[in-house]
Amino acid sequence: MNPSMVTSPSLFSVDGLVGVVFLINLVITIVGGFIACNSERLVRAVAGLIVCFIGVAGVYYFLNSPFVALMQVLIYVGAVSVTISFAIMLAAPEEKKRVGPAGPLVGPAGFATAALLAGGFSVLAVRTDWKVMAKINDGSIKTIGIELLTNYSMVFELISIVLLIAILGALVIARSGRDN
Amino acid sequence: MSILTLYNDLNTFLVIGAVLFGIGIYGIVTRRTLIGMLIAAELILAGASVNFMAFNRFTSPDPVTGQVFTLFIMAVAAAEAAIGLSIIIAVYRQFKSIDAEDTVQLKG
Repeated sequence: MNPSMVTSPSLFSVDGLVGVVFLINLVITIVGGFIACNSERLVRAVAGLIVCFIGVAGVYYFLNSPFVALMQVLIYVGAVSVTISFAIMLAAPEEKKRVGPAGPLVGPAGFATAALLAGGFSVLAVRTDWKVMAKINDGSIKTIGIELLTNYSMVFELISIVLLIAILGALVIARSGRDN
Repeated sequence: MSILTLYNDLNTFLVIGAVLFGIGIYGIVTRRTLIGMLIAAELILAGASVNFMAFNRFTSPDPVTGQVFTLFIMAVAAAEAAIGLSIIIAVYRQFKSIDAEDTVQLKG
């Protein structure tokens, strides 16, 4: 971090407003995540997931990657959430009461586990002294395209095959037992 | 460091990733339906992606690697969602329920 960033900017300067937008973005992400995991109805959970993913796209934008932010909106908000909505409509799940045979301790125990994990990772991340290295390129969309078709071309082709096989497999699995 | 310059700090993004991961773990543990668990798994993947992107922006010498990795995580997550949801639909046809407690045919 360079020294000019250490001083706090005024709230109504450009830097200060960017900070405010980032904080709003942060709140959107976390609140969306909580809705996705806590709402009783699955349709609301999907809506929370969409909100959370839009927040994550904003986080990517703040990390100097507008292309990945665009892809996040396109793939997650546009495709994955719609697929989950279709599954909810087709399977029509009625989420029963949260406390079932698993016992009433699941909620608090799950929360404790999650808080311990998140807190532990956070402490670990903040306490470690990460080594910063000099950049060798600018990470722009053009560079990503060149790298995808040169250095990462093998992985690029493999991921296409994985997606093709996954979609064929999904069709086959969902087709069987259609009569009953 | 003030609260308005948080977006210029690696630690902020690592904490966001950890919190998303924790929310996902909480969802997986407490949800009773398979679709709810799938939604929570998507949150875990998002947390991992945020971590990759944070290191990509602040420490990595080549800022393309993390972006490419995140794109691949997205593709694999899409494949996972497609297969998972078709399995859920097949399970629903068989058991007329997607509650994880009901699909216990092998329990004996």
